[in-house]
Amino acid sequence: MAGHDHDHDHHDHDHGSELSETQLRVRALETVLTEKGYIDPAALDAIVEAYETRIGPRNGAVVVARAWNDPAFKKALLDDATKAVASMGHMSRVGDHLVAVENTPQRHNMIVCTLCSCYPWEVLGLPPVWYKSAPYRSRAVKDPRGVLADCGISLPKDTEVRVWDSTAETRFIVLPMRPAGTEGWSEERLADLVTRDSMIGTGLPKSPAEVK
Amino acid sequence: MDGVHDMGGMDGFGKVEVEPNEPVFHAPWEGRVLAMQRAMGYAGAWHIDHSRFAQERLPPATYLSVSYYQRWALAMESNVLERGYASPDELKAGHAQTAGKNLPRKMSLATIGAGLCRNSFYRTPQGPQKFQPGDRVRTRNIHPASHTRLPRYARDKIGVVERCHGCHMFPDSVAANLGDDPQWLYTVVFESRELWGPEADPTLKISIDAFEPYLDPA
Repeated sequence: MAGHDHDHDHHDHDHGSELSETQLRVRALETVLTEKGYIDPAALDAIVEAYETRIGPRNGAVVVARAWNDPAFKKALLDDATKAVASMGHMSRVGDHLVAVENTPQRHNMIVCTLCSCYPWEVLGLPPVWYKSAPYRSRAVKDPRGVLADCGISLPKDTEVRVWDSTAETRFIVLPMRPAGTEGWSEERLADLVTRDSMIGTGLPKSPAEVK
Repeated sequence: MDGVHDMGGMDGFGKVEVEPNEPVFHAPWEGRVLAMQRAMGYAGAWHIDHSRFAQERLPPATYLSVSYYQRWALAMESNVLERGYASPDELKAGHAQTAGKNLPRKMSLATIGAGLCRNSFYRTPQGPQKFQPGDRVRTRNIHPASHTRLPRYARDKIGVVERCHGCHMFPDSVAANLGDDPQWLYTVVFESRELWGPEADPTLKISIDAFEPYLDPA
């Protein structure tokens, strides 16, 4: 790719020849699409920056914490998560089809996309590699307790496990159960207990002891 | 299509490996791929279903061996070439040789907020909603060669409609360039034994989101 002049510095590192090939192809694609007038590299920078710094699981954690502290908000969230999350104002805008599903002592919910990688980006950010991987996508719908065991989670034998395969454009977020011993906690403190994986259903919230 | 992407229920892929403190991107090019995909989608160059179908058409060995964002990049190259947004020579040279096609809009710093929000998939219904929560349905035994959102493990199975999510554009139609063809969308729940046989974990229930053309009354 001699003579490749790209006016945007990516600070790429060399990860071996295979990745270098990918880097070169991606750069070529970006340069061509930019020169064709379809995309603006400055807008791409801003998108990357947004996902690296602002759009992540803390957004979802704040939603869960509010639902734990505010019964009216919890009801609104379970009725129409898109509307309820949008009402929080400060967060990035939410797509039309967010659905929140509630964990109870009787039922544990788990989210997967067996066909690809659907995930509620607005509230959880971009999905981790394992969520998009063949082991998770293949097993979550058939052996979710085995997947949970891989993640260090063991549920009571009689708990119903409900797996939601996001096959359409609906996006799901799990509302985990509030940990015991958190009575009177502020939303801010509660949000520290809410892990990304607890909102996918492959984990549980932290206990008060884990945050000190 | 009955591709390797449709992996629900397959065995042999091994343990789920969680990476502690995983970065958002593992290399800067991954972020560029994601952002380009976002920007081209915003511009109206293609739809998410075109991107999905392009990934599904990768050779199975390629699909399974490349990384997630490599798959996206390969699918994006396919869509760029197939839809005439650039030529193979241009991608090879890494430079445009002619002016681009007209697209409906372009993502800029000023429109970044809208660009970060997912598009609405709701569409005006073409007819009344056929099923109600509580209805028993049988999924169809279909094997289209093109894109579909009805996974193999849930075809020709009896389930119960749990929710209706309104009327949405139909991916099977969009991916085939046949227009939105809006369809009612339902969450359909299956007992584990209906999907995985008598030995299945009886405490397990699985749901898919199924478009009305996938369903018959049962």
